[in-house]
Amino acid sequence: MNGPPAAWTDEEFDALLGHVLRAGVVLSALIVVCGAAVFLARHGQSVPDYRTFHGEPGDLRSVSGIFGDMRSGSGRGLIQLGLLVLIATPIARVAFSAAGFVRQRNWMYVSITLTVLMLLLYSLGTG
Amino acid sequence: MTVATFTVVLALGSCLAGLVGALTGLGGGVVIVPLLVIAFGVDIRYAIGASLVSVIATSSGAAATYVREGYSNIKVGMVLEIATTVGALCGAMLAPHVPANGLAIVFGLVLMYSAYLTGHRGDDAVDRQPPDRLAVALQLDSVYPTPEGERPYHVRHVPAGFGLMYIAGVLSGLLGIGSGAVKVLAMDQAMRLPFKVSTTTSNFMIGVTAAASAGIYLHRGYIDPGLAMPVVLGVLVGSTVGARLLTVAKTGWLRTTFMWVIIALAVEMLYSGAMGRL
Repeated sequence: MNGPPAAWTDEEFDALLGHVLRAGVVLSALIVVCGAAVFLARHGQSVPDYRTFHGEPGDLRSVSGIFGDMRSGSGRGLIQLGLLVLIATPIARVAFSAAGFVRQRNWMYVSITLTVLMLLLYSLGTG
Repeated sequence: MTVATFTVVLALGSCLAGLVGALTGLGGGVVIVPLLVIAFGVDIRYAIGASLVSVIATSSGAAATYVREGYSNIKVGMVLEIATTVGALCGAMLAPHVPANGLAIVFGLVLMYSAYLTGHRGDDAVDRQPPDRLAVALQLDSVYPTPEGERPYHVRHVPAGFGLMYIAGVLSGLLGIGSGAVKVLAMDQAMRLPFKVSTTTSNFMIGVTAAASAGIYLHRGYIDPGLAMPVVLGVLVGSTVGARLLTVAKTGWLRTTFMWVIIALAVEMLYSGAMGRL
């Protein structure tokens, strides 16, 4: 961090968005792999049933429930956490875009980006 | 079949889907749901949930590369994401009220359309008209890299593109797919963006669109970790390898083959839906 922060050029901005996306995908894949190891070690020999739809239990449906599962060391909970990181990745990308437009003082695009961000958070928060 | 075997077979199938999807530029998402429903007998609602998260994974992974190469138009993407996210929320809310057979029929029709589009690749006509007023007001006109250096382009028919993007969002939320085909149609045909800019910006937007409906699917219990895990990991590995191979592989015959696979899946989905076998 040398000198005062200048407005980002479009190229620097694009590179940052690329890093955010890649980091999110890699982090998510790592968590899913860890969860898969626990899940397969415990349930690998049981018989899967996806033919009829039951819906997932309550703890796998909400952000707080998933964090609770993770603390209890559930493989399914850990996979679900990885999937949650994956869903959050494009949302983080939009948030970083908003920050980038603020630094470029492009207020029209700040409001467009925040609109998209609110729609995404609405989906994840309330369902 | 045990969970372990099921996981391995499903991961291999998803890997193949991701590989072919990346090599043909169609994305693997469109074949994941039929693969799960037809080959593995999975309920279509679980299949849509698993497909949706795999779509986010491939879109985010590929977009990271394209954004850095400077093809994606981030402003066009952001404006249109308002339309796709609203559409995706509507689609996801509509989904529980559509019976499984209805979903299968809509899916079959979208597959047919994707196959049709595979045979038609847009070409970039030279644009000599004055800039579009709305596009200028929204700062959408930009440049893209070509072998001869940066080439400027104008964006046109923003309202038409916006409307088509809403439809793409609804289909994405309803069926758990990226709707890349409709997105490219909106940008390439309606808004007259260069083909490479349309495809990469579409890819960039797919993750955001899918994330909008994924939240709702998660809350509704459609996303099963045991099923989504092999699909996400398989598609991710397949599409990453596919993107690397893209520069060395000849993809003409693969595109044709994949087009026929999609048509076969479309017929099967339409038939199963119409016969009420789902």
